[in-house]
Amino acid sequence: MIPAQFQYHQPGDIPEAVALLTELGDEARVIAGGHSLIPMMKLRLAQPEHLIDLRAIDNLQNITITDSLITIGAMTTQHDLINNAELAVAAPIIREAALQIADPQVRYVGTVGGNVANGDPGNDMPGLMQCLDASFTLTGPDGTREVAAREFYEAAYFTAREDTEILTAVSFKPVSGGYAYQKQKRKIGDYATAASAVLLQKDAAGQCAGASIAMTNLADTPIWCEAASSGLVGTAMSGPIIQTAVDACISSIEPVDDNRGPVEFKKHAAAVVLRRAIEQAWARA
Amino acid sequence: MSKQKITLNVNGQALETEVEPRELLIHVLREQLEITGPHIGCETSHCGACTVDIDGRSVKSCTMFAVQAQQASITTIEGLGNPDALHVLQEKFREHHGLQCGFCTPGMITRAHRLLQENPTPTEEEVRFGIAGNLCRCTGYQNIVKAIMAAATELNSTAQTTAGTAA
Repeated sequence: MIPAQFQYHQPGDIPEAVALLTELGDEARVIAGGHSLIPMMKLRLAQPEHLIDLRAIDNLQNITITDSLITIGAMTTQHDLINNAELAVAAPIIREAALQIADPQVRYVGTVGGNVANGDPGNDMPGLMQCLDASFTLTGPDGTREVAAREFYEAAYFTAREDTEILTAVSFKPVSGGYAYQKQKRKIGDYATAASAVLLQKDAAGQCAGASIAMTNLADTPIWCEAASSGLVGTAMSGPIIQTAVDACISSIEPVDDNRGPVEFKKHAAAVVLRRAIEQAWARA
Repeated sequence: MSKQKITLNVNGQALETEVEPRELLIHVLREQLEITGPHIGCETSHCGACTVDIDGRSVKSCTMFAVQAQQASITTIEGLGNPDALHVLQEKFREHHGLQCGFCTPGMITRAHRLLQENPTPTEEEVRFGIAGNLCRCTGYQNIVKAIMAAATELNSTAQTTAGTAA
């Protein structure tokens, strides 16, 4: 399996990378960890004439945590996320999700930026970023802009990123309360049959004070289920209330029949992982 | 497409070669540098037989271009031990029958080496989770896990003896 020919570029900073991307246009692709792109190139489903590798750009691997904002550089690997002790305290759902991505070798190389920018419905980070209400930093020839994760995904592999822009960081507020990332997959290394990210806050009276629920690989884009989230706030999280939230989520997904199962099975699996995630997050809140 | 000259640091040796950017690291290692320990099992990033250690990380060398490995420090199974001086992991794989056909073994041991560097006292569950990126179609994994656990025990007792001597 040998990819088609291409020219390799290794810019030293973001302005140089953006200049290359602007100059080379449609014929160029940015490569981060490469664990989505290189397999596609081997299958010749992707045949870029130029590869712009971000690996030599130092400041893309930083994780910075303040009381109000967590920022993760695009080239931070899943392995780095898992092993960052401060991040595990500030946003433990990140570690819980990253541990369920692919396998150890892939996690050493696969990056946050690649995972969120690729627009693959099977990737876990896009759904998680919906749940966290994250923001993506995009840098292009006209400067830098922020796009909300919840407005980034347009269709499978189509995002709000312009062809001349590079996604350089993701950022979100530190997480409070309970969290859970639940994923059903056929085997280690597989994409989700269904996965769910849940954040819940509990007030002093034991009622739900805040909720955010997102789902992965159950539609063309990750799904943030606003109705389910708002349906839980102000309640004591009884069984019927949770069931109503699960039903609201399931009515908002659009899974397709594929080798992970027929539509009805996926809806069933989604409901199971979602209920587990909500119950686990609430128990931790 | 023109070739470019690269230097790969493999098992402590700086090796010069010329590659096209599209050449995968596993192909360059095996076919140009004749380092044939890392195997090609699937070539689709699934099986882990091509696992090498790059700057302290286990990497599937079928999913990286050789040009990307410039200036990196690469260790393959050849860098861990040899027939006259087996690595502890190789010794324990032999002792515990951790291989049958042996095809997955170089990748499996290279991965296990990094796992034990990061976690010298893993539980059985941590070993299984840690080698989840390496497929074996012969053993059923049971004896591979036993071998890695035994290697961890031996490496730790050696480390303690050394520490005791030093003290």
